[in-house]
Amino acid sequence: MAQFVTDNKEKLNLQPQKFSMWLFIITSFMLFAAFTSGFIVYSQGSTDKGIKIILPHAFIFSTIVILLSSVTMYLAFRSAKKLQYDRQRQYLWATLGLGLAFFCLQFFAWSILVKMGVYLVNPNASQSFIYIFTGVHLVHILAGLILVISSLIGSYKNNPPVKNLFRLEMTSIFWHFVDILWIYLYVFLLLNQQ
Amino acid sequence: MATALTVNNPELVHVHNDHGHGDHHHKETFLTKYIFSQDHKMIAKQFLITGIIMAVIAMILSVLFRIQLAYPNTAFPFLQTLLGRFAPEGRLDPNFYLSLVTIHGTIMVFFVLTAGLSGTFSNLLIPLQLGARDMASPFLNMLSYWFFFTACIIMLSSFFVQKGPASGGWTIYPPLSALPKAMPGSEMGMTLWLTSMVLFVASQLMGGINYISTILNMRTKGMDLWKMPLTIWAFFVTAILGVLSFPVLVAGVVLLVFDRSMGTSFYLSDIVLNGSVLPNEGGSPILFEHLFWFLGHPEVYIVIMPAMGLVSEVMAVNARKPIFGYHAMVYSLIGITILSFIVWGHHMFVTGMNPFLGGVFMITTLIIAVPSAVKTFNWLATLWRGNIRFTPAMMFSIGFVSFFISGGLTGIFLGNAALDINLHDTYFVVAHFHLVMGSAAIFGMLAGVYHWFPKMFGRLMDEKLGYLHFWLTFIGAYLVFFPMHFMGLDGVPRRYYAFTEFESMKQWLSVNTFITWAAIMSALAQVAFLYNFVSSIFFGRKASQNPWNANTLEWTTPVERIHGNWPGEIPTVYRWSYDYSKPGHDQDFIPQTVPFSQTLNSNLPHDFEDDPEVEKMQTEWLKKNSPSQEVK
Ligand code: HEM
Ligand SMILES: [Cu+2]
Repeated sequence: MAQFVTDNKEKLNLQPQKFSMWLFIITSFMLFAAFTSGFIVYSQGSTDKGIKIILPHAFIFSTIVILLSSVTMYLAFRSAKKLQYDRQRQYLWATLGLGLAFFCLQFFAWSILVKMGVYLVNPNASQSFIYIFTGVHLVHILAGLILVISSLIGSYKNNPPVKNLFRLEMTSIFWHFVDILWIYLYVFLLLNQQ
Repeated sequence: MATALTVNNPELVHVHNDHGHGDHHHKETFLTKYIFSQDHKMIAKQFLITGIIMAVIAMILSVLFRIQLAYPNTAFPFLQTLLGRFAPEGRLDPNFYLSLVTIHGTIMVFFVLTAGLSGTFSNLLIPLQLGARDMASPFLNMLSYWFFFTACIIMLSSFFVQKGPASGGWTIYPPLSALPKAMPGSEMGMTLWLTSMVLFVASQLMGGINYISTILNMRTKGMDLWKMPLTIWAFFVTAILGVLSFPVLVAGVVLLVFDRSMGTSFYLSDIVLNGSVLPNEGGSPILFEHLFWFLGHPEVYIVIMPAMGLVSEVMAVNARKPIFGYHAMVYSLIGITILSFIVWGHHMFVTGMNPFLGGVFMITTLIIAVPSAVKTFNWLATLWRGNIRFTPAMMFSIGFVSFFISGGLTGIFLGNAALDINLHDTYFVVAHFHLVMGSAAIFGMLAGVYHWFPKMFGRLMDEKLGYLHFWLTFIGAYLVFFPMHFMGLDGVPRRYYAFTEFESMKQWLSVNTFITWAAIMSALAQVAFLYNFVSSIFFGRKASQNPWNANTLEWTTPVERIHGNWPGEIPTVYRWSYDYSKPGHDQDFIPQTVPFSQTLNSNLPHDFEDDPEVEKMQTEWLKKNSPSQEVK
């Protein structure tokens, strides 16, 4: 087993981990870029392809909810920077609640789609793509929620402030990303509806 | 101790702990040292050994189907003993033949030449050549290996399911792959294939993210991007390529899974299966081809670029010359990376794509040959009038260049949309990619193994066995793949079970027999390698710290390969890694850690990167020390 001459100059560097988070975000983004490109290639195949419906309004509500959750996430982060842990926790709980609400709203939107006769199994796969976009996005929301929960749990433990802040920063980067991702998908769908 | 507060990584606590010096509070057990290791050098070895095992398996699969191609009408009882129900009465089952081809391709492309190659050498060399204690996230790195390992197990386990492994080819085009009833291999085998590949992609992404993050954030003092060895550049752009393209494969696979199990019709339309019409309508298999090849083409460069990096380094070291055109080498790597995203259509020329689009893909494809050619010329120029030491690693590097040229030339023909109508899906394509990708990348990998073996195991491999291995494999590979060009030109299609069934292809049987024997010879040659590899780990000659007199940082670490790499401070870097045979210096190499102030004899004006002050110092020194000598 090796031993090390102590070297205080080599401080622990959290930068690479944050950087890795950004790289992961790029990979996620590529996944959705591929889905949306696939949608374009498919829908241009013939004139009877395409979304052909007006999207349910539930998506507008879910958009508002997730935007709000980004705001609360930001506030949580700001409180953490000011070392106001109580407020940090409150905002994190709010984020979690809004995230769950978003989750439910997306399911609700699916149920409306089904009522409209827009099924996943569909000879016009452009409509199936709506489920794919929202479904795979929900998987990301789920991952984001897990991060939020872990930040919450961490905030109840007596962690050093640096660690608390770092964890929260990673969570908020990811959470803002899934928010922006949803805006991208929603705008993409809106531009292609009918 | 203050640092302890900011630490959330136990590994680093250990390294940077004030009290860590000398006391053994962090005992390593067998499990943490060899199995769940987070040390990049151990993970590299895990990748290498797993990769070698997978390569041997895939090679045996290829010998099995080569036997079928050479002797389509002969029964071999030993096949039945070996394969049981997959070879009834000693003859390969046709469906199993397709499985063999598919799994051979999948393992070779993904498990050996992607994970085995990048996984081994990126892990080994990135921290060592950049001067880092370990990867950005050692834990993620460990996870990356274990995902890969699980993917291997799942892929191999498909040989033990009732209907056999996936058999739609390594490109798994729907509808074959999307309809479980389409062929035996499309049932459980295909499900396992997909599961395995999802884990594999996860492993690649974890690895890739780690490599990029490490390269950009953890270089030692003085190691700016333009002082990095070409190996690191190659791993860097490879990782970027992987991170950008593997998610696209995931997208394609997600849609495929929905088609397989949910009844959607992304890829399916108008299919009659066993006499009944399927309900799927409106889908397009071409969509899958787009998604697949958007990964698939970058993937072939993910395979070759690390090999290019290894070969560049090995060549410079063993030709005792600076690599020719360092900057051109880097820019061509970047050029290949960018271009490789816009050429995927050349795999789809005959899918009925708009001829104009075909023309566009043809042009981009021919353009990508330019940076490839730049690299080739630079390797040749590096060899030119070099002081060449023909070590086994050097032989394999030269072999790499040879294969890359002979396989790359046929790419130019294939890249022509009109010629490809004739050549697509024939043995010409098989010959092309086995030379340019298969043989070349394997040779690059073997060059790496022979060269960095001392860094991994502290011992040297046997040279004589190395030469034997090289010549048999080199000649064998040409004997196997060269004749395939002619078969392809004659229109012999790939992936057929028995050519003797077709009047027009019967005459190729003798060539097929010849190829099979050449393949068996090359396969046997690998025994020399395996024996050499294993026995050298235990009984090889002990290596010195810098056995090849190389400049890069990994050779400044102790032979014992300690945890954290350097016992003391990490060395600082002052120069690029290619100062070989620099005129004026008393040795034919100057390691990167030697400052210019110690080499006033050999410094050149451009070494100072237009820093006028240092330049003046040097000029004055020259005036003082050798009045007769003119300053250049
Ligand atoms: C000189 C530049 C190259 C050109 C112009 C080129 C062109 C092509 C074309 C047009 C095809 C499609 C043939 C067909 O299916 O009809 C092809 C196939 C292929 N190429 Fe290349 N290539 C080049 C270099 C490479 C390199 C460097 C690699 C890998 C390291 C590579 C790996 C492959 C593979 C694996 C396939 C076959 C995939 C399959 O269908 O299974 N090529 N190449
Ligand atoms: Cu290609």
